[in-house]
Amino acid sequence: MSNLTHIPAEEIIKKINTFLVEEFEVDESKITPGGKLKEVLELDSLDYIDLVVVIESNFAFKVKPEDFADIQTFQDFYNYIISRVNNSKAVA
Amino acid sequence: MNRVAITGLGIYSCIGKNRDEVRDSLYKGKSGIIFDPVRKEFGYRSALTGFVDRPNLKELLDRRSRLMLPEQGEYAYVATLEALKQAGLDPDYIAGQEVGILYGNDSSAKPVIDAIDLMRLKKDTTLVGSASVFQTMNSTVTMNLATIFKLKGVNFTVSAACASGSHAVGLGYHFIKTGLQDIVVTGGAQEINYLSMGNFDALSAFSIHESEPTKASRPFDRDRDGLIPSGGAATVILENWDKAVQRGAHILGEVIGYGFSSNGEHISNPTVEGPVRSLKKALKDAQIQPKDIDYINAHATSTPAGDASEAKAINEVFGAKSTPVSSTKSMTGHECWMAGASEIVYCTLMMQNAFMAPNINFENPDEDSAKLDVIQTVREKNISVFLSNSFGFGGTNSSLIVRKA
Repeated sequence: MSNLTHIPAEEIIKKINTFLVEEFEVDESKITPGGKLKEVLELDSLDYIDLVVVIESNFAFKVKPEDFADIQTFQDFYNYIISRVNNSKAVA
Repeated sequence: MNRVAITGLGIYSCIGKNRDEVRDSLYKGKSGIIFDPVRKEFGYRSALTGFVDRPNLKELLDRRSRLMLPEQGEYAYVATLEALKQAGLDPDYIAGQEVGILYGNDSSAKPVIDAIDLMRLKKDTTLVGSASVFQTMNSTVTMNLATIFKLKGVNFTVSAACASGSHAVGLGYHFIKTGLQDIVVTGGAQEINYLSMGNFDALSAFSIHESEPTKASRPFDRDRDGLIPSGGAATVILENWDKAVQRGAHILGEVIGYGFSSNGEHISNPTVEGPVRSLKKALKDAQIQPKDIDYINAHATSTPAGDASEAKAINEVFGAKSTPVSSTKSMTGHECWMAGASEIVYCTLMMQNAFMAPNINFENPDEDSAKLDVIQTVREKNISVFLSNSFGFGGTNSSLIVRKA
């Protein structure tokens, strides 16, 4: 499969951290790959809706709320986004 | 029946962002009306409006609380913070009480329009985000403030058009008078954004005296040509008198009468008979005579028909030239859902500071207002008892009477 529009993972992670800091008003130093997404960002059920919105506005794809079930750490979150972004680019 | 004390006031309006600023504006007769060019571009017949900046709440509230608040909710939060502080009701005390909230609000247009626009564009409801539903409901102010301040008593919104805030105070008075609650946060909130008033402008109800914004609102004046929309929020803390005294609260005034009525006639045209019944019911409830009222804060919004009807009603109940009258809407514009509560704040500030605010821009009376004692310039006079009128679309009327503590 061609991957001509591949976006480097570092670039995606930087973008994710930027919108998480902005949207959830968390200190960037608290975001570490092994950290728990829910606990560090203090997410409640409503916050997951806002997470769907910021992902859509930053990466132009829609996350199903149930996709969050397997995402525990920031690394899980990065992997999920990287995979969705680069798979959709590859298909395109 | 319990006596009902006012122990806290908060105000965020186009004539000031706190009690002291508002007191000074009322004394000086300062207008808060501006010309808003955005309204003209949007197709408004009149671009006049009251205006106040939105407060910066970042240092005061967490992210989730701020997300949930629409514009008028922000105003209501700031006003309530000021009122609770004056009343000496801190979070620890509130935690041990059953404090209620009854607040007037009758629209949340901008969040509704923004959400629908986004759904139309994206064809996906999720993308409006988590806060939209909590911002769009009419009860947005009470649901947000009850959550933020952790209130555990009665909790609902009063929607009664331009009498919403007044009825909220009146209902709070009844909840305390009858012993259902000991403390109720009452008030009214009104959004100011350009999206919220277009359909009101469509009725040609607004003044088109755009060349001189501060002179456009001229209640009772012969040359008045319509109201000017405005907004903000006002909070009035009501308490069981005896319990307020017991806890050492400083009492600012006592609500002694609430009158209400419905015209039972046209949806927008005023009547004389409806307000007369409301006035008489308030006086009866307060067990006083018309001569006992020192000052009347009129509903008068600067519309030709509304002001004339109210002038006739006041004349019928109080007699010609008997009681000083002014409409603070000459300065603030019509604060709509908020007005009934804000005018209790304005009058109580006047009562505390021994002056009667002027009805600015009253230059020439018409046939009806000539029979009133309209206050043209500030009067330094004591107020022992005042009455405040509020009337709304659908013929809803409310009159409140407050006595000095």
